[in-house]
Amino acid sequence: MCRLAAITSAKYFSPMENILALETMKEGHDGSGLGLTLKDLGGKFKELKNYPILSGICSRKGKKNLDEYMIGLGFKLIYEWTPKIRPVRGIIRRDHYFARVYDYPEEWQEKSFKDKEDLLMNTRLTLRRMGEADESIFVFSFYPDVITLKEVGDPLELGEFFGLDKDNLEAKVIFAQGRQNTNYQIYLYACHPFFLQGYCTMTNGENTAFVPIREFLMSRRFPGYVGYNSDSEVFDHILHYSVRQLGFPLTYYKDIITPLKWEEVEKRSDREALSLIKQSLRPLCIDGPNMVIGFVPDGTCFMVHDSKKLRPGVVGGVKGKYSLMSELCGLDKVIPNRDKSKDIYPMKYDMVIVSPEAREVKLWNQLQA
Amino acid sequence: MEPATGLKLDFNNKLTLEEFPYIIRWRDDRCKRCGQCTSVCPQGAIRPAVKYTRVIESGGDTPKPRPVRRIIHVIEQVNNIDNYCTGCAVCTLVCPNNAIEPEYNPQNKFLFYKNRGGEGYKRGGRRNDPGVSTLDRLKFTRISMLTDPALDAGRHEFRVRSYIGRILPPEDLPLKVEDGRLVLDKSSGKFIPPVREIFPIMIGSMSIGALSPTMWEGLAMGVAYLNEVEGIPVVMCSGEGGFPPRLLKSRYVKYFILQIASGYFGWDSIIHTLPYMTEDPAAIEIKYGQGAKPGDGGLLMAPKVIKLISEIRGVPQYVDLPSPPTHQTQYSIEESVMKMIQSMSMAFGFRVPVYPKISGTKTAKAVLNNLARNPYAAALSIDGEDGGTGAAYNISLDKMGHPIASNIRECYLDLVKQGKQNELPLIAAGGVGKKGNLAANAAALIMLGVSAVSVGKYIMQATAECLGNEYNRCNICNTGKCPRGITTQDPKLYRRLDPDKVAERVVEIFKSADVELRKIFAPMGRSVELPIGMSDGLSIDDKAIAERLEISYAC
Repeated sequence: MCRLAAITSAKYFSPMENILALETMKEGHDGSGLGLTLKDLGGKFKELKNYPILSGICSRKGKKNLDEYMIGLGFKLIYEWTPKIRPVRGIIRRDHYFARVYDYPEEWQEKSFKDKEDLLMNTRLTLRRMGEADESIFVFSFYPDVITLKEVGDPLELGEFFGLDKDNLEAKVIFAQGRQNTNYQIYLYACHPFFLQGYCTMTNGENTAFVPIREFLMSRRFPGYVGYNSDSEVFDHILHYSVRQLGFPLTYYKDIITPLKWEEVEKRSDREALSLIKQSLRPLCIDGPNMVIGFVPDGTCFMVHDSKKLRPGVVGGVKGKYSLMSELCGLDKVIPNRDKSKDIYPMKYDMVIVSPEAREVKLWNQLQA
Repeated sequence: MEPATGLKLDFNNKLTLEEFPYIIRWRDDRCKRCGQCTSVCPQGAIRPAVKYTRVIESGGDTPKPRPVRRIIHVIEQVNNIDNYCTGCAVCTLVCPNNAIEPEYNPQNKFLFYKNRGGEGYKRGGRRNDPGVSTLDRLKFTRISMLTDPALDAGRHEFRVRSYIGRILPPEDLPLKVEDGRLVLDKSSGKFIPPVREIFPIMIGSMSIGALSPTMWEGLAMGVAYLNEVEGIPVVMCSGEGGFPPRLLKSRYVKYFILQIASGYFGWDSIIHTLPYMTEDPAAIEIKYGQGAKPGDGGLLMAPKVIKLISEIRGVPQYVDLPSPPTHQTQYSIEESVMKMIQSMSMAFGFRVPVYPKISGTKTAKAVLNNLARNPYAAALSIDGEDGGTGAAYNISLDKMGHPIASNIRECYLDLVKQGKQNELPLIAAGGVGKKGNLAANAAALIMLGVSAVSVGKYIMQATAECLGNEYNRCNICNTGKCPRGITTQDPKLYRRLDPDKVAERVVEIFKSADVELRKIFAPMGRSVELPIGMSDGLSIDDKAIAERLEISYAC
């Protein structure tokens, strides 16, 4: 079972904090991979907020193809971040790791952000397809103010490998997953967190209803609903689908994945809408065992889990810095000086919502909504 | 009388018992000649007979053999093809000394002789197929254990429920956001189709004419009890040919799906009762076909058309009632679907789901695609080749039709392609619980993609103790002579059946199916919603079937 460490803060911090939290939870991951997603970036990236960042890995041949393709589309490279690789035993170094900032092609400059989002996604998908067969190109995200890093290995060693302890890479929201590879062959695309157009999730556990959910999402005909190399990618797409595509407020994510019983629906003030959703989004219901941590474009972070609470999580912190973790020891590592009595262990009906810049934590209850 | 010489005349024109499907084993030494067996035999296949016999006896102090002539009483099997023994074993049931039983004769040549007068042989029930069906071969192999902990069927909260009715796709819901909450956008004026929550196993269409009054009453009582006392929303389909007006007006009609048959039998009584109905029925099923005799109409044979039936259907008593294979007033699927579904919806104020039932066939997808485009179509029920019937030609029962598993799977995957897998529920029927594995068969079909299953024969056999199995069933449901009293309108016969006992068994069956479904779904990690289309949970030990159903192969 993977271990998850999400931190949201008012100040910039280094991903090493997440990695160290993962290190304390070492029992729960087998070192078969690390996934990192950084949002609301600091350092050099702070000045480049409006430009999309392409994160990925390439072989030499892949880099050539990628450059050709990007130039062909009219994207102009503004800035490139590459990790200062420090060889670590056991980690097989690939040719190029990068987070490249591009300027939009001329003809796209004046278009709406929604259109630009689609362009970015389609570009990422095309690049992904180009490099899929020979594993020459992996691209994890292409979006403004977001960087994704993934590699196979132990989180702490990978932190060292990427030189994250020395680098000035920092952000206000960082998600990290230490992977335990129980189900599938170690494949980079299967590593969490998953990101799509500003929506990101990582999950603690399998998903028994994976096949019908994948079928339902794919049949929505949204080009971004592809991949599914892990049975958790669907959680990100459910989030994207319900909030972005259907325009539902975030709390309905909980109502969709763990629907209330009819007697309980009756007690809600939005019962009419809720009953329609319950029927209409029935295929997206999960029965566990999952805890989901995610963020949405405005920087709000949240934690929910299945109605059986088969994979619990914990949220705690101080004003200005909150942490959403799969284990308490991770939380203790990141924010030791918090009031521990205020730690939140979300229950069956709960959704923990941390507002942007870690201003406040709200416990939303599905029954009393 | 036979000649005293013991010589028989030449009976070459008659059949030997070896030709018959069942041979009666009668034991002279045990029989006390009470005559019960011959009086209950529905076929008249056995009769008491008097024989004249000559034996040599010797006795006394100085024994001397001498011929003795005696009159003896025996039970003999009739070797007339019209009075063939169906193997129903009612004789065995009534015999106080276990002196008589029918024995299956696998070498029988029954079908060589049975089609007489240029008329194909008709039989009731359904096909006798001793082979193992695909549904019974499917195994549930994605068992949650450590990577994804299994749920506890006894401890966790479970809800085995499904929907019947068209479900609006999320993109089409008339919703808007107000103060961070979703509310119904009433100004959109959008039609929200009616949807019912039901137990995923429903009692399939068995008509009032086909079943005896005691049987039907028993089923109806059981269904009402399940809904009102046990809280399990089981629904039952009325079958074709109408519904007693008294029941239509009662509040219990909400547990019934009214079937409109291709002959419109019984529609008259429904439409006349409409203004007086206090509750809506659960749904309306428009029958276009049935699995047992695809492309063939219904047939209620004359002996079953008693006063009640003739009144409901508006026909004279004791005449054969054949209904046409399709709605003869309709010209095409498009027209049929549009007119029938819309007019039935309108008749019930658009408050009741209306859906068609068709036979499993290669053209099912064409019908499905047509329905998918019709916003008023509430579901599609597909009845596979193992479906039952009140009466059908032997050839139709045995050789016509499409197995349900692949038919359903194809249709489901087609809906997935269109993104309508949750929008238009599929209902499967035909062979569910054929070997007694009701819950397992239903769960397998659900995982292949259906929202609910319809079961007729299993319910009938298990609730009324219908005699026989796939090797041995009397199949005289159509003749009105059902020895159990299930499918007969003869009071002497149907009084054998206690409706209270039937109701009790209906309740037991559904409660145990509920437990069994939980016991299947829990280890698959599903509890709140049905695992519809969770095909990764299924495997089969046949590569070709696995490939066809797009599930995994395990051996």
